Amino acid sequence: MNAPFDAAQLHDCRDAFVATLEALAEANKHIVAVCNDSVGSSKLVGFRDRFPDRLINVGIAEQNMVGVGAGLANGGKVPYVCAASPFLTGRALEQIKADVAYSRTNVKLVGISSGMAYGELGATHHSIEDFAWIRALPNVPVIAPADRVETAAAVTWAAQHVGGCFLRLSRMGVPDLFPADHVFELGKANLLRDGGDVTIIANGVLAHRAVMAATLLASQGVSARVLNMASVRPMDAQAIQSAARDTGAILTCEEHTIFGGLGSAVAEVVVDSCPVPMTRLGVPGVFAHTGAANQLLDDFGMSPEAIASSATTLMKRKA
Amino acid sequence: MTPAELRRIANRIRRRDVQAVFEAGAGHIGGEMSVIDLLTCLYFHELSVDPADPLDPERDRLILSKGHTALALYIVLSEKGFIPKQEISTFLGHRSRLNGHPNRVYVPGVETNTGPLGHGLPVGVGMAKAAKLDRRSWRTFVITGDGEMQEGSNWEAIMTAAQFRLDNLTLIIDHNRLQQGASLADTNELAPFAPKLAAFGWHVEEIDGHDPAGICRAVSRATGTPDKPKCIVAHTNKGHGISFMSDNVAWHHKVPNVEQYEQAMAELAEAAE
Repeated sequence: MNAPFDAAQLHDCRDAFVATLEALAEANKHIVAVCNDSVGSSKLVGFRDRFPDRLINVGIAEQNMVGVGAGLANGGKVPYVCAASPFLTGRALEQIKADVAYSRTNVKLVGISSGMAYGELGATHHSIEDFAWIRALPNVPVIAPADRVETAAAVTWAAQHVGGCFLRLSRMGVPDLFPADHVFELGKANLLRDGGDVTIIANGVLAHRAVMAATLLASQGVSARVLNMASVRPMDAQAIQSAARDTGAILTCEEHTIFGGLGSAVAEVVVDSCPVPMTRLGVPGVFAHTGAANQLLDDFGMSPEAIASSATTLMKRKA
Repeated sequence: MTPAELRRIANRIRRRDVQAVFEAGAGHIGGEMSVIDLLTCLYFHELSVDPADPLDPERDRLILSKGHTALALYIVLSEKGFIPKQEISTFLGHRSRLNGHPNRVYVPGVETNTGPLGHGLPVGVGMAKAAKLDRRSWRTFVITGDGEMQEGSNWEAIMTAAQFRLDNLTLIIDHNRLQQGASLADTNELAPFAPKLAAFGWHVEEIDGHDPAGICRAVSRATGTPDKPKCIVAHTNKGHGISFMSDNVAWHHKVPNVEQYEQAMAELAEAAE
């Protein structure tokens, strides 16, 4: 289920998440983890062993889990509410809206195994609607880190951010894209590769595929810019506008339905302020078939080769 | 504060509530009459809260989970000094912070935004757990409607509260036997509540929810069982205190006309004497 990449260089971002969370919890006794029986899948065994009182497992009860998180925040705690993303965001969406977003509570929502990480388990276990659902809510930044370094940086950022947020993490192995000293900035895109012919915008597990696509394009004489856009809300409108101006075409790639996610968010900026041709790659509004996560990404046109091909097709639409 | 004094305050709050619903042309008058004695006894007798420091970390927390009766809470908060009394006249008005459901961001004294039912108890469990983690003595109270207990999220929280041994948490069920469109019995009968909560491991009290002495006794630290969350089943009447509204499902969110308003105010004034 890992990326099309040398296995030895792939890392599960959950490991960076829990290592960072444990370090933060060591320094701040108010940090707690809340989960729904997902101690293992959220990789919270180490946290539980180090801070047994601060691992709050409410059982298989996601609505309750998010409400409990909001109550803990009211009582001065800094809760990281961790669960498989489809159940966290789908089952408890109204709690996220009322108890976290509308009530402006300091709850860190951590969607584990998001996207199609549970590829073989079927569409009930896919979380390819969560950008759209959470992005529609005020007060909850939506963040999808691309590698273990950005994951750790985002978890650290969340601890000092006063307010709610949604961290969308995967369990798929991904290679490092960022230097170890990378600092996460909310609402800021990262230039992974510069180029002038076309821009590829991606996040999460798609970011390194976008970089690989740009490498393929370079071998064909196409200069592609690659932006990592972990922050889906708020968006870095300036980076999108610069990309539109400099490259004249934007391709988005996401492990999400193309309705309401990263591509839609980018398109909103593009139509409002810098109209250029766009192509949105993602899951085309269907429930995905059975398959390993990386296979599904390939099937939906997001292999590095297919991304590169979509980029060249898109470039033909440039004025 | 004596039961007689609490009755006087509750009567004053009822009159202000009826007036505000009449003037706003909307509200949930039946459920407000039902819950006002509970709110009055909590805020004027039991809760440790300070309008000068509404976010004091050591304060007691109260969540009105039946958020549609926000007006009753707003009036209690105004009587306590959290918001100006004259602001009640803005209820439901354009850009008023006093909308139909309480908002903690704008209204001091409100702990969490409620409105959709079944949200308050899980949040209350989190509050009580936070106090336990810090070994603090402040307490958490959650008031739900009885129809609201049909929401499954409440039962998730009921399990968790017992599992976490939250004896610093009190759930008060405003048991007026009526929901929006019909009686509980004709919709989804949950009563009797007491054996259900007891079966989930809670300490349970049953009281007359309009008797200040009984309410004060039940919400005090004097009643309860160590390591068990406490549930108070408060037997109440929807529309309590106004003859033609009492126990009448039609008054869930009906607005009195002029004659009804005058009669209601006359009855409440008479009761105050």
